[in-house]
Amino acid sequence: MTQKTSMREAYGETLVELGKENPDIVVLDADLARSTMTHFFARQFPDRFFDCGIAEQNMMGIAAGLAASGKVPFASTFAVFAPGRCFDQVRMCIAQPGLNVKLVTTHGGISVGEDGISHQSIEDLALIASLPGFTVIVPADAVEAAQAVKTAAATYGPFYIRLCRPKTPLVYDRDYRLDLGKAVLMKPGKDATIIAIGLMVSAALEAAEDLAREGIDCRVLNMSTLKPVDSAAIIAAAAETGAIVTAEEHLEHGGLGSAVAQVTAKHQPVPVEHIAIKDTYAKSGKQAELFQRYGLTAGDIEQAVRTAIKRKRV
Amino acid sequence: MSLPKLNSSSSAPADVGAGQAFSSPAKARTPSIEDMRAIAKRLRRHIITMISQAGSGHPGGSLSAVEIVTALFFKVLRHRLADPCWPERDRFILSKGHAAPLLYAVLAECGYLPVEELATLRQMDSRLQGHTDRACTPGVEMSAGALGQGLSFAIGTALTARLNSQDYRVYALLGDGECDEGQVWEAAMAAAHFKIDNLVAIVDNNGIQLDGWNRDIMNLEPFNKKWEAFGWYVIEVDGHDLSQLLDAFERARSVKGKPTVIIAHTVKGKGVSFMENNPDFHGKVPTPAEVKTALEELA
Ligand SMILES: Cc1ncc(C[n+]2csc(CCOP(=O)(O)OP(=O)(O)O)c2C)c(N)n1
Ligand SMILES: [Mg+2]
Repeated sequence: MTQKTSMREAYGETLVELGKENPDIVVLDADLARSTMTHFFARQFPDRFFDCGIAEQNMMGIAAGLAASGKVPFASTFAVFAPGRCFDQVRMCIAQPGLNVKLVTTHGGISVGEDGISHQSIEDLALIASLPGFTVIVPADAVEAAQAVKTAAATYGPFYIRLCRPKTPLVYDRDYRLDLGKAVLMKPGKDATIIAIGLMVSAALEAAEDLAREGIDCRVLNMSTLKPVDSAAIIAAAAETGAIVTAEEHLEHGGLGSAVAQVTAKHQPVPVEHIAIKDTYAKSGKQAELFQRYGLTAGDIEQAVRTAIKRKRV
Repeated sequence: MSLPKLNSSSSAPADVGAGQAFSSPAKARTPSIEDMRAIAKRLRRHIITMISQAGSGHPGGSLSAVEIVTALFFKVLRHRLADPCWPERDRFILSKGHAAPLLYAVLAECGYLPVEELATLRQMDSRLQGHTDRACTPGVEMSAGALGQGLSFAIGTALTARLNSQDYRVYALLGDGECDEGQVWEAAMAAAHFKIDNLVAIVDNNGIQLDGWNRDIMNLEPFNKKWEAFGWYVIEVDGHDLSQLLDAFERARSVKGKPTVIIAHTVKGKGVSFMENNPDFHGKVPTPAEVKTALEELA
């Protein structure tokens, strides 16, 4: 679990693999191909790659047109620029007609660090999850990122896949297969459940390990398919462990925490604590400093688990 | 007004620019072209040092606009060191927010920020954010970082002068790659439509964006004809020639009934041999050895 690998590189490499198998795969970027790693595909298949320049709205419109004509477009930029910069293009041209566009963004969350708030994407999941028909995947590591990209290519309909900038610890073996719409049980447990996405999954596992030493037995779920969310797994976690902590690199509102709370409120009310960014913008800083400041560390998850457990005993 | 003030002193404020006396570490009264060349060199040194200390940042597009910003802050803009929020100040709007190190460097050279503070770029709790944030830094007019939005902001700022019968002028600095954004052309159309003549756009036409050369990524040509067709008065200059720049800003003052754009032909990474015209140094940090060479070249 200490090996760190790049989700972005996994994305670029998987695109090349898919490009060899399926001539209908086309890739678009908005002058960030060297950062999103779509330039791997551009080198192999220059005729099927379109750098649209710094014009995200136009890129989404082009992707929609390609999809409507039978191509399978993967469109990439930073998470802060899509869907944010081109929300209505994604909404009207892609979500409403349910077109087969795969939006894969990188540099999600505040782990972009020093670039500061203009480049820290903390609203993208709320925006994209608000669009009916979109499937939203937030992979936990490079293996799952590759799986997500393959699944998106093989499944008709609009997809949003959010990757992060830094290399992340591997939480999966090479033979892991993503089961779309199913939460992944990372660790069984009975006292509380930590539900995490993205690079918070490895933090959740670390927290669970620490808590085990205190005699707290945590279940850990990776909710990599954020939408449609796996309600059954949430209800089971609530019923069987009685307390839930969600962990995501996103605003508290509109992301994983909201989705989980909505399910528990309706079906199985239990204490739910959120590890997320609290209605604020962050600032420039190193990833570790920012995670400390904004409460996204394994230690913060541990504290939230203790709080959630205390609440259930009241 | 959200800008923190460095100096709350109400004693006789020093006016800067527009040929008036200014007080700053640059210690000149009306700076000569020679003085300004020396300032430009210091700005370049600051940029290299800041970015290497920060460990991330964008050297190429900061270096290419050094003379543009030097001409503006040390000669063209009317501003007051003691009062960064002076309502009558000319506005400088950095639309290409990734050139933040350049803006911080010039603000420091003017005296708005202590020069030592430049070393805090991009660090936790620094006022010098990775991309410009108007809530954090005195002298920063606009929060930027997502490209394509500054010209619209500049129009709003310029229209306010008209509404309030103020005579300040607004200068917006854009990247050429940034002009891929549709919003730039929406703004270009609007500025001409509203006949805004207290607005000058400067395009840092260094020919390079992130993925490579403009001509390979998204061709902008014929660039000057586009601005002309949108109703702008177009001036083209060598963006590293201070006299040409000053002359262009002066000419822009006399243009009435339409906005002016100065297309400044520049070299990305200007001043550091291995960064010049090198797309790799858009957002790459020089190694310690490269920093040493760069600072020697800029000695
Ligand atoms: C809306 C938006 N899309 C993408 C980016 C990422 N990005 C940062 S700088 C840059 C290239 C800018 O090129 P240019 O405007 O020519 O700037 P310069 O050459 O002056 O550095 C890109 C694509 C961004 N900041 N904003
Ligand atoms: Mg450029």
